[in-house]
Amino acid sequence: MKEDFKKRTVISPEGKPIEIDPLKDYFSDAKPKVYKPAHPIIEKFANWARANSLWVLGFGTGCGAIEMRPLMTPRFDAYRYGIQWRPTPRQASVFVVSGYLSVKTLKRVVRTYEQMQNPKFVIALGSCTINGGMYWDSYNTINRLDHYMPVDVYIAGCMPRPESLLAGFDKLKTIITEGRGEGANTYAEKFDWYKANQKKVIKDWDMPDYNW
Amino acid sequence: MKNKLFKITEDRSQFPEKNADGKIDIDLSSHKYLKLWQGPQHPGITGNMALELTVLGDEVMHCETHVGYLHRGFEKLMERRKYIQCFPIVCRVAVPEPDFNEYCFASAMEELAGIEIPEMAKWLRTLVLEMSRLQSYLMWIGGQSGAFGSGIIGQWANYLRDLVLDRFEELTGGRIYHMYQLPGGVRGLLPDGFKERMEETLQTIEKFMGDIDKVMFNNAVFKKRSVGIGYIDPAWINKFGITGPNARAAGVAKDVRKDYPYLKYADLDFDAIVGKDSDIYTRADVRRKDLLLSIDLIRQIFAKMPEKGDIKAKTPNVLHWKVPKGETYSRAECTRGEYGYYMVSDGTEYPRRINVRGPSYTHAIALLEKMIINTNIADVAGLMVSLHTYPPEIER
Amino acid sequence: MNDIKTKFDITDIIEQRENLSFITIPKEHAISLVTYLRDVKGFKHLVLLTAADWLEDEEFQLTYLLNNPDEKSDLGVRVFISREDATMETAHHLWEQVATYQRELKEMFGIDFPGSPDVDKPFILEGWDDKPPYRRDFDTKQYSEDTYFPRPGRESNDPAEYMKKKLYPDEK
Repeated sequence: MKEDFKKRTVISPEGKPIEIDPLKDYFSDAKPKVYKPAHPIIEKFANWARANSLWVLGFGTGCGAIEMRPLMTPRFDAYRYGIQWRPTPRQASVFVVSGYLSVKTLKRVVRTYEQMQNPKFVIALGSCTINGGMYWDSYNTINRLDHYMPVDVYIAGCMPRPESLLAGFDKLKTIITEGRGEGANTYAEKFDWYKANQKKVIKDWDMPDYNW
Repeated sequence: MKNKLFKITEDRSQFPEKNADGKIDIDLSSHKYLKLWQGPQHPGITGNMALELTVLGDEVMHCETHVGYLHRGFEKLMERRKYIQCFPIVCRVAVPEPDFNEYCFASAMEELAGIEIPEMAKWLRTLVLEMSRLQSYLMWIGGQSGAFGSGIIGQWANYLRDLVLDRFEELTGGRIYHMYQLPGGVRGLLPDGFKERMEETLQTIEKFMGDIDKVMFNNAVFKKRSVGIGYIDPAWINKFGITGPNARAAGVAKDVRKDYPYLKYADLDFDAIVGKDSDIYTRADVRRKDLLLSIDLIRQIFAKMPEKGDIKAKTPNVLHWKVPKGETYSRAECTRGEYGYYMVSDGTEYPRRINVRGPSYTHAIALLEKMIINTNIADVAGLMVSLHTYPPEIER
Repeated sequence: MNDIKTKFDITDIIEQRENLSFITIPKEHAISLVTYLRDVKGFKHLVLLTAADWLEDEEFQLTYLLNNPDEKSDLGVRVFISREDATMETAHHLWEQVATYQRELKEMFGIDFPGSPDVDKPFILEGWDDKPPYRRDFDTKQYSEDTYFPRPGRESNDPAEYMKKKLYPDEK
């Protein structure tokens, strides 16, 4: 356990001692919940709205991030489909995992993913998220992303072109409008399995189990 | 600059005194300091790395860099692949300019194996390297202006970069990763009409560069935020191992293309571009001139290169290619500085050890940690981009 | 080169090309040679510091690749240290970036540099509990298969054999 998460007493600027227990005070101590869908008509409307405003988290986890720039700029212009990039996980609904994930990044990715609000979707980009791709025998990159978080769309290729990214977003839209974008609920349902997998790989687990 | 409307007097009385070694004692529990993480998930960071800043007010007092988020273990992976199998993965080391990896790997291997590549292949390699430099600078220019709050340049520059990538696609078949420079030569000749289309692209870039010059380099905001900030002392150049535009902006004419002419650079007519003031603005200006130089060099290459010729030297069967025992170092000038491959062969089909020298290794860790002290938090991103750091080549 | 030869006990001088040579020196004199080269001979720029693992000979090879910016020549100083007791004198006082290189070598090869700043801090890996990964006896494929849930159905051909089968079937 990291120093930052241990119980401790700090002195406030006024000079009063304050007891803090970071895991209790700063983080939630409840498991994620499965949300039942609302009335079909409302749900359908909500899904239509969700599909048309995909807000992507601007986190370039791997080399696939280099094709995100062209996607944001006039040539391919993803903004016309309601896709835009946000700087913080609290505002984003789509996590584009751009390429290979080293264990060190996976830790941050898990944390960031958990901080995102429901409903949330994951697009995994590049062959290396599917089965390791080029780095299938590397000691530091994971082989299958879907063991650590639910993935909605995989985009194959090394590196996938912006067109295939757009096709992937299109596919995600279809999935959401059909009501199959249940990644957040899957994560809640199989929470223990995902956590066990994550902990198997991340050897020094020094963060809280619930990051929201 | 004196501002008449607002009188700002700097009150440094609450700033701590420096110790004899130039460092300050930081006591986090004194409530004076704040620990601030910039990255890994942060829009103002180049690539995927993190800066752990300790700030007092809005001034950075201490910085620790954290890398390793992009480590794939290339050097290990290459040890268990045959030489020809390393070739498709070397370009993945650094995304913005994969071609320098390919060139350094191929030339180190050719040197050990004693292969001389044909003239035409040399010309084509020079062309690809310059095109790669062009597109990397175009990407950088968007980042630099974006870090100082002007998004429009990024939009233009990325469009221009796409045009260069189109030419790459024509020539090599790949947009980002080209895998064009095989050990022993290159994979293909120029397609029909390539020169004309490239010329068209170059003209478009030149036209836009004129606009960028006006909107970015003559912009008061950009000037105010970049002139005089991020100074690199010329005395640090050797102390920190600084290369490339970062060194050239400090007045040291360090350019591998000029100092150790490789490929066809000896036949091309150019001078290393040197700046004077060594701040963010000068570095940006050196890079802009380097970009224009790249355009000029591509034109020169087209004018001087032969129409036809052999593009591949005769090599042994690649599956049983035993490279003679020995070691060598091969270098090239990439946009960030000196890129190099150190290769040790033990006489078998597998490389014994390959070490990649990415220029960011020194720029992004030792140098950045030193330069960042006493800068404003808002300038950190601009400073980082102005060093043109790129994490994958640090950890590989 | 002759100056160095008379002053230091160097062996195995290899002229790789016109402006690049490699020399070997015993561990004890390495740092003084590097300092001498930097201060007197004008090899002011450290290009890289890296290691190679010679598992068969039970040795690590450390290479200090120095560059002389005025004469435009390179010199690789090779130092062989034993694999058992992998320690080397630190050189962080000579160049600022050496501390980073030594941190990486400590983590990736397990070569210790006592006295180098932050040398024990993890640099690239996080929570690593196996052998240092760049050592030759660490099997990255095995580790990856054991740890990272290989996807069933993925055919992991040995690329060399596969290439031979597909491209050169007649060859032996």
